[in-house]
Amino acid sequence: MKTDLSPAMKVVVYGLMTVLLIPFVFPTWWMVTSSVKPISDIFAFPPEIVPRRVDLSTYAQVFELQPFAQQYWNSAYIAALVTAGTMLFSSMAGYAFARIRFPFANTLFMVVLLGLLIPAEVTIVPLFQMFLGWDMINTHWPLILVPIFGAPSVFATFVMRQFFIALPKELEEAARVDGLGRFKIFWTIALPLARPALGAVAIFTFLHSWNLYLEPIVFLSSPELFTLPQALTQFTDAYGGAMWNIQLAAATMTAIPVLIVFIIAQRQFVEGLAHTGLKG
Amino acid sequence: MTVAAQSSSTGKTRKRHFWTMERRDALAGYLFIAPQLIGIITFVLIPLGLVFWYSLHEWNVLAQTFRFQGLGNYQALLSDPGLPQVLGATVLFSVGLVVFNMSLALLLAVLLDQKLKGITVYRTLFFSPVVVSLVAWTIVWSFLLQNNGGINAILALFGVEGPNWLREPTTAMISVIVVQVFKNVGLNMILFLAALQGVPRELYEAARVDGTPAWAQFTRITMPMISPTILLTSIITIVGSLQVFAQIAVLTQGGPGMSTTVLVYYLYQQAFQFHKFGYGATLSILLFLIVAALTFAQWQMRRRLVFYEN
Repeated sequence: MKTDLSPAMKVVVYGLMTVLLIPFVFPTWWMVTSSVKPISDIFAFPPEIVPRRVDLSTYAQVFELQPFAQQYWNSAYIAALVTAGTMLFSSMAGYAFARIRFPFANTLFMVVLLGLLIPAEVTIVPLFQMFLGWDMINTHWPLILVPIFGAPSVFATFVMRQFFIALPKELEEAARVDGLGRFKIFWTIALPLARPALGAVAIFTFLHSWNLYLEPIVFLSSPELFTLPQALTQFTDAYGGAMWNIQLAAATMTAIPVLIVFIIAQRQFVEGLAHTGLKG
Repeated sequence: MTVAAQSSSTGKTRKRHFWTMERRDALAGYLFIAPQLIGIITFVLIPLGLVFWYSLHEWNVLAQTFRFQGLGNYQALLSDPGLPQVLGATVLFSVGLVVFNMSLALLLAVLLDQKLKGITVYRTLFFSPVVVSLVAWTIVWSFLLQNNGGINAILALFGVEGPNWLREPTTAMISVIVVQVFKNVGLNMILFLAALQGVPRELYEAARVDGTPAWAQFTRITMPMISPTILLTSIITIVGSLQVFAQIAVLTQGGPGMSTTVLVYYLYQQAFQFHKFGYGATLSILLFLIVAALTFAQWQMRRRLVFYEN
């Protein structure tokens, strides 16, 4: 529906988009500005859209009340491991299901697809028992192993398979004539071509791991092992009330790095997401 | 020369003969899928079997009892006075979320598909909540939605007294849905945008020549052409809505009363707060059956409703 709109319509479209934008942008603005307001100004009336006074001491308090640097590191390294692992194993499986003919391939693909049907929440009780048996409760292992190999990675395998199906056959045939083995072909020819699909998988996987909440609160109990989403809800006073300015400062710190990466890589980001084989 | 010809036809060792191209390929295939397959068996299929097994037991972790009781948990499920409320809240949340999410995503995609200056800036801003961490986003909204929070302060500027959003059953449910939609609608928006840009221009040009009005172009060309995307995004959105947990835990803890206690939150409470693992497993089975039924129904619909597909 790309048409050259009349000037009047342009004003209408711009106006409508700007009004619709408010609930998307205002919360982030309010989070950042409130986190630098002195506590007395947080509930000021009329509300201060732009803070009158700036107080950065809350940002130091975040690190005093919780092992926040450690928690930040936990989230970052877990998300990095999960993303790298998922990219490797899902592209391998996706490649095999798309390009290699072997007995029972379709049946085994159906078995893997079951992972899409069974949300992680369904299996959380037995997973807890299994990791308890392996002595891995209150460690990061469940947050690493289950996303890489379990249900969350099935979507990635599916996306990679869809991508590899569309690759022209000739590319591989030439390599096979030259005597390259399957792994060489996968690693040196197919995988480098799969960059757009890998990008989409990386984004989805990273965000999924970064946002995990149910799993950490089920599997972890020591603050120094907490991940960020779990840590954010821990800034409460002696009566269990939220310490708003500190919570918002911590929330800002967890949101900003991802936002910066997103703004820099905006094009690839959005195109990568659109490029998931879901195109109509 | 003769020796070489011989060795290629008959002279190969047995071992070499066994590893034909096909067999080597099959081995490669199994090795490639092994990590994923073993993962699915270990972390999905075995746990699913265990969920069934646990659901047949009375299992209280605190009392350390693990007793086989057949269908006892299922009878308890049917007579659980909380269950109708939980299912009601789950349905209300899913339906509200899907309707609001899909229509907003489609509206935004159509607006963002226009040739206008600065449109990528708008796209980026509409998409930005997707990358803000989920709990951070939810915490800000719970700050905004408090009785003396930002939303009511802004309403007060216009002389309107806002409700205590998270403490009244109706507004609490609406709040949870709205917070979730603004967080994730960008994903569906991008998928719709990609689909819109895949619709052949010629169709619109032909329609314009015929004098077809804009709205009819939308319902007769755009909608049918993007229907596969609409169906796929609706599946993802519905199944995703059944899994919502963090938003409920941070915003309302299932309250007030049980008005926002959706199935996953109830499951978590029963298993990990009240330590009834057997009953928690039974609720897991219920969740599994609902997701399976929905996926199956949508798969059937795909055949009937989708007008075209690559």
